[in-house]
Amino acid sequence: MSRTRRVAGTFSKHALLIVASVLALFPVYVMLTAAFKTEEGFSAHPWAPIASPSLGGFRAAVNDQFPRWFENTVIVSSASVVITLLVAALAAWGFAHWAFRGRDAVLGVLVALMVVPPVVLLVPLFVFGVRIGQISTFRLVILIYVGLMLPFSVFMLTNFFRTIPASMIEAAVIDGASSWRVFRRIVLPLSAAPLVTLGVVNLLWVWNELLIALVFLQDDSKKTLMVGITGFQSRYSLNVPAIMAGLTLATLPIVTVYIFGQRFFVRGLVAGALKGE
Amino acid sequence: MTSGTVALSDPRRRRLRLGRVEPLVWITPALAVVVFVFGYSMFQLVRTSLRFEGHWTTDNFRITWSDPTFRTALTHNIRLLIAVPVLVLLSLLLSILLFEGLRGWRFHRWALFLPYVLAIPVIGVVFGQLLQFNGLVNQFLRAVGLGGIAQDWLGQPRWALWTMTAVIVWRELGFGIVLFLARLLSVPSDVFEAGRMDGARFFRLHRRITIPQLSGVIVFYVIVEAITMVSWVFNYVYVMTNGQGGPGDATQVTELYIYQTAFQYQSPEIASAAAVMLFGVTLVLIAVFFRVQRSSGVGLDE
Repeated sequence: MSRTRRVAGTFSKHALLIVASVLALFPVYVMLTAAFKTEEGFSAHPWAPIASPSLGGFRAAVNDQFPRWFENTVIVSSASVVITLLVAALAAWGFAHWAFRGRDAVLGVLVALMVVPPVVLLVPLFVFGVRIGQISTFRLVILIYVGLMLPFSVFMLTNFFRTIPASMIEAAVIDGASSWRVFRRIVLPLSAAPLVTLGVVNLLWVWNELLIALVFLQDDSKKTLMVGITGFQSRYSLNVPAIMAGLTLATLPIVTVYIFGQRFFVRGLVAGALKGE
Repeated sequence: MTSGTVALSDPRRRRLRLGRVEPLVWITPALAVVVFVFGYSMFQLVRTSLRFEGHWTTDNFRITWSDPTFRTALTHNIRLLIAVPVLVLLSLLLSILLFEGLRGWRFHRWALFLPYVLAIPVIGVVFGQLLQFNGLVNQFLRAVGLGGIAQDWLGQPRWALWTMTAVIVWRELGFGIVLFLARLLSVPSDVFEAGRMDGARFFRLHRRITIPQLSGVIVFYVIVEAITMVSWVFNYVYVMTNGQGGPGDATQVTELYIYQTAFQYQSPEIASAAAVMLFGVTLVLIAVFFRVQRSSGVGLDE
């Protein structure tokens, strides 16, 4: 093929990628720049980068209930992610280390549960929550989150634990180590990377979850960021910088994790597909 | 699959006090939570959907099925499925471009995956602002002389669902790109070298060599996205329409219908019947997935 044709091909490929990236980044750009503008500044120059940063939007967000929502989200997310990792690691070791009757059937059911839409579980769980008086408590929401994250977590860790060479484990067993000891001294230290990956992926999901938080945390003092944002939007409908500042605050932790740990996101989200059933 | 397990017949294992029940001890905490969150709920869900004022009945299903709003919601979910082929084509194109290792591909990968990391409520609010009548999208259109098509994108019944589809594509695309790219990077490079030596051109090379390599993940992505369009779009609709599914019922979807019937109209029986039907559709999609996977012999983990 001719040289000009090849150059034209490379050029159009670059152009396509650049257009796609600009489209992907544009809303984020608007969110970040608008957050640092004044109301007048935003309506006059909505496209422009920030000339003189104003913190008015952030002040409005912080004076509203953002700090409380942020705190609630941190509590709910960290508790449910930690509990999920712990419970999932135990179960995954149970599945990976022993061959017992019905094991594959149970694992198969777990895989199928990954796709159950949460909205299906909403009504019965809510009725249950009302009956035991646990609406607007973190406890029930954390329990539900753990339940929803477990199928994927157990599945992914089981797959990983199975790749640990049997010889390493046999050697420890011959030395008389109990299975708990093997788990703590051999399996867990080898699993740092998959545990971090799983933690990051679960954190992403739980931090951004809306439906369950909306239904189960109705009390104003218990709302999470995602629930708060949706109400905040209508209250400040004319003050775009305040809305964008709030969104920036709500997104910051996840985007920070993404900037420094992109590979964990990619690995975790791809794991289900490439290693899957 | 069992390469990493120590066989149960290992004599030393028998000496452990717990013996055969030991795996159960490890599994029980997880099992208990899963049985409560999924098992108990599904049981109660089916029960509620089949009862009304203390007796067993299938009326709830009949009422739900004949409710025009439910039909509308279901139709909208089906219309959202149009996003799936769009997602597959765009993900293929962009992941192949990234795979060719053009200068700056790592940055582009980072940028293209970013939308998938953002929370849907955040995306919803930002796009809600951008797509208003005086929002930036319309300002841009007017600036480039396309002011004629400028409109309230989410406020017009005719366009609201299409606009929402576009926003969903904007976010879900990142997942497809990263998924396909990860698969391509795991293909031995001599597969592609052989094609290049033959002088195969861009489209031929990728149609003959790249796409067959990807068929497993493409099937996976299609099913995941189909399930998303049918039963995971609540967040988009709720945030971009203030929980209404509006204008009118232009963006009503099944999940929102379930949510509204249960929590605004206080009718758990109808909501449960709708939820059972939604779950049924999801099950069918998964069954199709496993069928396709088995009959085509395409394993995801070749």
